[in-house]
Amino acid sequence: MNSLPPKFQLKLPEQPQLYEKRKAVCPKPVDGRFRRLKWLVMVVTLGIYYITPWLRWDRGPYSPHQAVLVDLAHRRFYMFSIEIWPQEFYFVAGLLIMAGIGLFLITSAVGRAWCGYACPQTVWTDLFQHIDRLIDGDRNAQLRLDAAPWTAEKVARRLSKWSIFLAISLATGGAWVLYFADAPTLFRQIWTGDAPSVAYATVAVLTATTFLLGGFMREQVCIYMCPWPRIQSAMLDEKSLTVTYKYWRGEPRGSVKSAVNSAVPLGDCIECGMCTSVCPTGIDIREGSQIGCITCGLCIDACDSVMKQLGRPRGLIDYATLEDSAAEQAGAPSTPHWKLIWHARTLVYLGIWSLIGGGLLFALGTRHHVALSVAKDRNPPYMLLSSGELRNAYTVKLRNMEDRPRRMEITLIGVPGAKMWADDMAKGEASRTLVRNVAPDQTDPLRIYVEATSGTAPQPLGFSLRVLDAEGGTVSYTTRFDAPELQPDQ
Amino acid sequence: MANKHIDQATGTETVGHEWDGIQELDTPLPRWWLLTFYATILFAIGYVIAYPAIPLGDHATPGLLGWTSRGQLAKETSSAGADRKPVLDALAAIAIEDLPKHPELMSQAIAGGKAAFKVNCVQCHGSGAAGSIGYPNLNDDDWLWGGNLVEIQTTITHGIRYPGDPLTHMSMMPNFGADKILTPAQVQDAASFVRSLSGIAPKGDAAARGAVLFATNCAVCHGPEGKGNRAVGAPNLSDKIWLYGGSQEQVVSSITNAHHGVMPAWGARLDPVTIKMLAAYVHSLGGGEDFAPTATNSGAADAGAAAPAASGGAAH
Repeated sequence: MNSLPPKFQLKLPEQPQLYEKRKAVCPKPVDGRFRRLKWLVMVVTLGIYYITPWLRWDRGPYSPHQAVLVDLAHRRFYMFSIEIWPQEFYFVAGLLIMAGIGLFLITSAVGRAWCGYACPQTVWTDLFQHIDRLIDGDRNAQLRLDAAPWTAEKVARRLSKWSIFLAISLATGGAWVLYFADAPTLFRQIWTGDAPSVAYATVAVLTATTFLLGGFMREQVCIYMCPWPRIQSAMLDEKSLTVTYKYWRGEPRGSVKSAVNSAVPLGDCIECGMCTSVCPTGIDIREGSQIGCITCGLCIDACDSVMKQLGRPRGLIDYATLEDSAAEQAGAPSTPHWKLIWHARTLVYLGIWSLIGGGLLFALGTRHHVALSVAKDRNPPYMLLSSGELRNAYTVKLRNMEDRPRRMEITLIGVPGAKMWADDMAKGEASRTLVRNVAPDQTDPLRIYVEATSGTAPQPLGFSLRVLDAEGGTVSYTTRFDAPELQPDQ
Repeated sequence: MANKHIDQATGTETVGHEWDGIQELDTPLPRWWLLTFYATILFAIGYVIAYPAIPLGDHATPGLLGWTSRGQLAKETSSAGADRKPVLDALAAIAIEDLPKHPELMSQAIAGGKAAFKVNCVQCHGSGAAGSIGYPNLNDDDWLWGGNLVEIQTTITHGIRYPGDPLTHMSMMPNFGADKILTPAQVQDAASFVRSLSGIAPKGDAAARGAVLFATNCAVCHGPEGKGNRAVGAPNLSDKIWLYGGSQEQVVSSITNAHHGVMPAWGARLDPVTIKMLAAYVHSLGGGEDFAPTATNSGAADAGAAAPAASGGAAH
């Protein structure tokens, strides 16, 4: 490498602007098929988010009655009729994997639809942009107010708008914590000041992030912060649906008036600017596919309504694949969208996704609701008693995952002549079978002593568990019975 | 600048360098990024002021909040101590013989005793309380000085042959061989008899000779049938458990030079609650005895049973 030139000096740029202020994005309202879809998705997602913690589900006298509850304190995860214990966390891991592959599947089938419709950042930004319009008026009024000096009116408008932002943000953070405790109780506690400090801290953090990211950062989150657009741009191919400006139909652009005097016939784009003024991320889709495009389709709605007024066919801007665009340029009619989404990659993702989902459902349907685990004492491995008999000790855990008390019977398998007793029993009651009542939704840890006759050799020992009720259920566990190795002379 | 480099695709100026055909766009950073950067600097300054930060040789600037890691540990320790206090108070108030009537308190005492055992007792008795030659196994059902809660508590409090504690368990087996009370041949015979009591040696001529010696020299403490006597800590010689080894050589050695094991009196070192918890733990290990008056070392009537090879240790 060459060393720096001796006369090297820092060149100051002509524009000393190393940092750029965000350009205000004040989208115009628009109506159309995709806007309505966006409304629907917003209502459904926000509805699920806010209503779910309040749904009740009867689980009998021993378990909480909240339909969806992440009970961290008791290490249980409830979802309607499903109850997950910590050792079954693979169900949650499986759901997360399905969510990941689901995103791939959606991307493969319909492009960045997650970004455009369902991503919380998009939903809350959309909501906050409606508040903008409600308080500050339409796009032009918003832009004027933005540039205006800080008069009393501007301060009043800003304060009222930010108050609404804050209220929405509080509701967002507040709803989140309700998933982790009994919702009605916690809701009351939050207002009376009795909620745990971790609840307030969580609400505060989520309120702050919603307020900042939804109220102020908005599209900058998608453009600068979120990794998903980068990942998606690597996943898009010539079969992916993207919002496409059909330049072959639109160019050269020109207003309806200028078309009259134009030497060459003009395209369908009349440069009304509607597509850019409705864009929630402030881009111009006519520059082509770009990372700022979340494919929400609002520009399609805007352009369609203009084309309708002009009596021209809709779809100058439309969802299209690269492949289909090429075909269309060559003169072929455009393929309906529903046909475009079925291609090999989509089907492969769908297959994997369904396979995992099916596997989880199968595991869920066939899982045991009782379990037995045995940990043998290894220090000391065995105990010689005065009588010469040998004793081993075990920690046996009987797990009852049902919401009712169950009677369980444990039986020794192997080691002839051995008997067992628990530490809360007298040794005189020892036998090869024990019966215990296990409380609902509990693990009963038992200390079990197994005593075998003098001279017993080391050998495998099994415990089997049988549930003594109509539903039944059997599990077993094999461990060891330790004893001194017999010497040849004995 | 004289020659501007403009990127064709984006219309943005480049910084003017090129690496293998790759040029860098001179896109200005967004302002929020700059503001975030300033915010982190402000946070750092605040942190340095509030918390210990700048090293000054043997110490550092203390910070306005006065936080220290030691202080935090002390606070957490004392709050943990406050959490334990109700249990410790309850244990202090209860007599140890009433402990089994309160299973919850009992299990807490056992847990506390387990922790205290790891600190104070494992050096001799081992981490599993299984002992070794000369150090009794606390899991089994063989007790020199008694195995109910009160007796265990007494043993822990006053120790065994511990100088300075007038209430310590005290007994002295004579050195039958070394002090020439018995001849070496007589010691051999006595050992043969003792071993025949638990069936690990045949009842031959030597044992028969030993039986006579036993009746005159040993039975006063160990009992006519060798079943021991807890009042004087005389071990049961008819069971399969040998504190100092059960081979002929080991038994001969124990008779020749008696062992006088010592355990410290923990009453002078540990508080009564800890001792209570230790007693509960040791009692819970599997050999703890009830308060029934029949608590004796009832040796098993398995005379013909093969003794396991590892049967350790004749006592004294």
